[in-house]
Amino acid sequence: MTDSPPPLVRFENIQKSYDGRILVVKDLNLNVAQGEFLTMLGPSGSGKTTCLMMLAGFEPATHGEIFLKDQPINRVPPHKRGIGMVFQNYALFPHMTVAENLSFPLEVRKMDKPERERRINRALEMVQLGEFGDRRPAQLSGGQAQRVAVARALVFDPDLVLMDEPLGALDKNLREQMQYEIKHIHENLGVTVVYVTHDQSEALTMSNRIAVFNDGVIQQLAPPEDLYEKPLNAFVANFIGENNRLLGRITGVNGDSCTVDVDGGGSVVANSINIGGEGARTTLSLRPERVAINPEPGSLPNIFDANVEELIYLGDHIRTRVAVCGHDDFVVKIPNSSHHASLEVGNSVKVGWNVEDCRALDSSD
Amino acid sequence: MTSATATDANPAGTGEVMTADGVPLRISLARARRRSRNRALLLVAPLFLFVLITFFIPILSMLFRSVENQIVGETLPHTVEALQQWDESGGDLPPEEVYAALVEDLRIANETKTAGKVGRRMNYEKSGFASLFRTTARRIKRIEAPYKETLIKAKKDWGELETWQVLKRESDAYTLSYYLAAVDFSYTPTGEVLKLPDDRSLYVGLFWRTIWMSLLITVLCLILAYPISYLLSTLPVKTSNLLMILVLLPFWTSLLVRTSAWIALLQKEGVINDLLVWVGLIGDEHRLTMIHNATGTIVAMTHVLLPFMVLPLYSVMKTIPPSYMRAARSLGATPFMAFVRVYMPNTVPGIGAGALLVFIISIGYYITPALVGGQSGTLISNFIAYHLSISLNWGLAAALGTILLVLVLALYILYDKIVGIDNMKMG
Ligand SMILES: Nc1ncnc2c1ncn2[C@@H]1O[C@H](COP(=O)(O)OP(=O)(O)OP(=O)(O)O)[C@@H](O)[C@H]1O
Ligand SMILES: [Mg+2]
Repeated sequence: MTDSPPPLVRFENIQKSYDGRILVVKDLNLNVAQGEFLTMLGPSGSGKTTCLMMLAGFEPATHGEIFLKDQPINRVPPHKRGIGMVFQNYALFPHMTVAENLSFPLEVRKMDKPERERRINRALEMVQLGEFGDRRPAQLSGGQAQRVAVARALVFDPDLVLMDEPLGALDKNLREQMQYEIKHIHENLGVTVVYVTHDQSEALTMSNRIAVFNDGVIQQLAPPEDLYEKPLNAFVANFIGENNRLLGRITGVNGDSCTVDVDGGGSVVANSINIGGEGARTTLSLRPERVAINPEPGSLPNIFDANVEELIYLGDHIRTRVAVCGHDDFVVKIPNSSHHASLEVGNSVKVGWNVEDCRALDSSD
Repeated sequence: MTSATATDANPAGTGEVMTADGVPLRISLARARRRSRNRALLLVAPLFLFVLITFFIPILSMLFRSVENQIVGETLPHTVEALQQWDESGGDLPPEEVYAALVEDLRIANETKTAGKVGRRMNYEKSGFASLFRTTARRIKRIEAPYKETLIKAKKDWGELETWQVLKRESDAYTLSYYLAAVDFSYTPTGEVLKLPDDRSLYVGLFWRTIWMSLLITVLCLILAYPISYLLSTLPVKTSNLLMILVLLPFWTSLLVRTSAWIALLQKEGVINDLLVWVGLIGDEHRLTMIHNATGTIVAMTHVLLPFMVLPLYSVMKTIPPSYMRAARSLGATPFMAFVRVYMPNTVPGIGAGALLVFIISIGYYITPALVGGQSGTLISNFIAYHLSISLNWGLAAALGTILLVLVLALYILYDKIVGIDNMKMG
């Protein structure tokens, strides 16, 4: 994804403001590779839809240029971009049957009838709705309507499909099933997908890469596992998955590691990722499953006294909240294996972790 | 609710389901239903009575009046009876008994002062009848036997075959003559139906004019209202509310004030003509006649009825999500095609409702054409009003009104067939 084929989509220094005062997208640079499934993930109002709309051509970029197959497209109207789009409310045309909905993009491309029928049938088969061609959108369930919307966005074989929270209106089970189906379609067709969601598990399941948005800026762009394992800043560490934060001040930097005086007391050796120099403030990020309870003394570089505040039994693991280094929202996941001594609220324990698992990040929020 | 159907539905028959206190479930359900139905009836009762009194009864009475013809039979009962024996196509005047009966009837009519009424009624069929009855009744004391001779001497119309033929024809309690008149036909004295000569035809042309002017007004309203409604539905609420007030402004100003304003604008010495002359588009001697004719009616009525088109259109357009157009564009449609194939079809319920509303209102519109219509811009309703309040020919007014009503109903049914009435969306 770095050098070989040229990217299908390229955002170059894109900025966007609706009101001339606030930038909702700030200097966005992003490449989408051919055949990639790229997800824009971020909290509400972070500018994801805006980016998608600029790519689709419904909103002009205030500054910068978007390239599609190396062609600048800022001045290309939406209908000439050849980009398929799935809308959150599906936007199926209510006055047309399912087949007519699918036929629409083919008719405007002046395809002849046999070819249209062939493609409509193929697209309906693809989403397992072969029998539903004569239905009206109002006669479909949410999941079926969703599939029709996907089929319609794909029926004219676009190179690029945009999906803006397409599963937002579905219930949890259906959503998971549809995630799988969309992923499947993507793999089969090799089409490039830019997907918007604010559901992180959806993003983690489906994507090749995820762009985490906050406040109009991409905080990190990485494959799902990197995003979880190697967050580059405090926002991403916090936004993706469960995370323990310890705030503190750097007292010494030593190559890849650094020493941090945690605000509540205690000195932690951490993996320095994204920090200022000595004396700067930092946020330590630590995944709950990387914390060991009652480790052998001396087996880990960081071992602290802790007090059990809360235990939640979750079947495969026990979610344990402890107070450590003055932070009482520190969570440890203890696997539910028999040889673990059972804990009780109020117990004094020791917790410990490795240097690599404790990432020293920027101090923001 | 009948027990027969209840047992049919429950073939087991024997074990009927009971409520906790031992009443059969079926009966207690029916009781509960009856109670809620009665309450519903009670709620609609005031409106129902109001509509009955102010709408259905007047319409029924109008329908009745358009065929009702009892006045002849009531005022001249003996004459009508005596005329039964007479053969009107024989070519002879009626015999002496008929004249005697007429004199007897007119004596009573003169005392009860009803001769004028029957005269006026008969005058619709043949002019001259009013004065014939009035003068004969006034002189009835001096008429003596032999009545035939003296009557003819007093008023020579009584010696004409046609007078008696018309009288006999109109002696039934019900008549179609009003409807015939309303579509420019009339009876010959012997009762054949004949089309009026073109120079005396009035109403058919008037109906056509009413229909085409209403159609034109509807189309103009649609053309003007569509873009405005579109704009209103896409603007932010604050701006669209302000614009909506401008659209509704005509509703809030007196019709008379507005119409006078149109006169001031459109008349020969009015603002628009002045402007056109000043710009040099027309010469001073060629000022346009835009008021007191069809143009005036069309312009003023389009203005008055515009809100009735804007409101349903706006309310329909507001419910069309912008994502439809975007979806169409993303699927490759040009803005025009997206509009025609996706947006417009979704506004059809609004177009239908607005068009039907404007057309039905304008087909019966009265005040504006009366004020600015002049000769060529008056509509059928103006003539209905004329017959109601000036000529007092209520029968004809009722017949014209009934035809109008039937036209509107036919249109409504046609609309239902083509668009479907449940597709319609009012404000
Ligand atoms: N048409 C518009 N006019 C003015 N401001 C807008 C418009 N659309 C979006 N915004 C603003 O731009 C910012 C980004 O909006 P955007 O819709 O891109 O967020 P998002 O990431 O898609 O959020 P969500 O997850 O809620 O959909 C928000 O602050 C929003 O208020
Ligand atoms: Mg959004």
